Amino acid sequence: MAASLTIAIMDAPFENARTVTVFRLVQAALKSGHDVNVFAYEGAVGLSFARQAAHANAVHGRDAAAENHPLPRVWIEQLLGLARKSGRKLDWVNCGLCVDERGMGEAIDGVRRGTPADLWKMSVESVNSLTVGTR
Amino acid sequence: MKTLQIVETAYRATVEEQDDTIVWLTHAMTGAGGQFGMLLTGNAVCYAVHGQQVPKLTIGEWQQSHAPDLGADVSALVAKGVSLYAVEEDLEERGLRDAKLSESVTVVPRDELPRLFEEYPRVWKW
Repeated sequence: MAASLTIAIMDAPFENARTVTVFRLVQAALKSGHDVNVFAYEGAVGLSFARQAAHANAVHGRDAAAENHPLPRVWIEQLLGLARKSGRKLDWVNCGLCVDERGMGEAIDGVRRGTPADLWKMSVESVNSLTVGTR
Repeated sequence: MKTLQIVETAYRATVEEQDDTIVWLTHAMTGAGGQFGMLLTGNAVCYAVHGQQVPKLTIGEWQQSHAPDLGADVSALVAKGVSLYAVEEDLEERGLRDAKLSESVTVVPRDELPRLFEEYPRVWKW
């Protein structure tokens, strides 16, 4: 059984570089043979919102296909796929109350609803944990 | 496993949430069996000031039923067994060193923080 890491993240999508850093950390952890638990808290539950949509960008002079605008839900799907292919586990848990507050119940497949008790349990079972608070 | 929650960001969406998100999270995880301490740093040391109040919000005809009560929320954590600390220099910088603080808070000079961290196998900074 691989050692697992737990990461808690709070930032909403498209707000700051901490989010990208967390995705890169998750990817690096999976590639180095770790299982990863992510607890998405507050605005971070929006990262897995299924209705995120790419758009064209007139300033860049590109249509939606050419712009290929980054979507965090796609990144999560990619990380879930990476975990499957490499025999690792990525458990992505959204805080249920945070989801309800924001009406973001439509998450992509592979993401589950949970509570702070899940964060506590996952962290206790992990070799280490990282909290990425918002500012 | 004891975990020290370090709270620095203060009053973030507290009117909307009717609490502080990390104080609330700590309440919830304590209820799930977790063992925690809480260190207030930066602007969050204000949470240790006794008697602070915020009026209930009114927008149009909508009136808030429960305004946040952060002092009570951190005191309630202490009642659940959570040790509460505040950084002395952060209180001083905000003119709060002589303010009436919650009786349950332990004021810790910054140079003693490493000793405090040693007491906790895990430290979470928010």
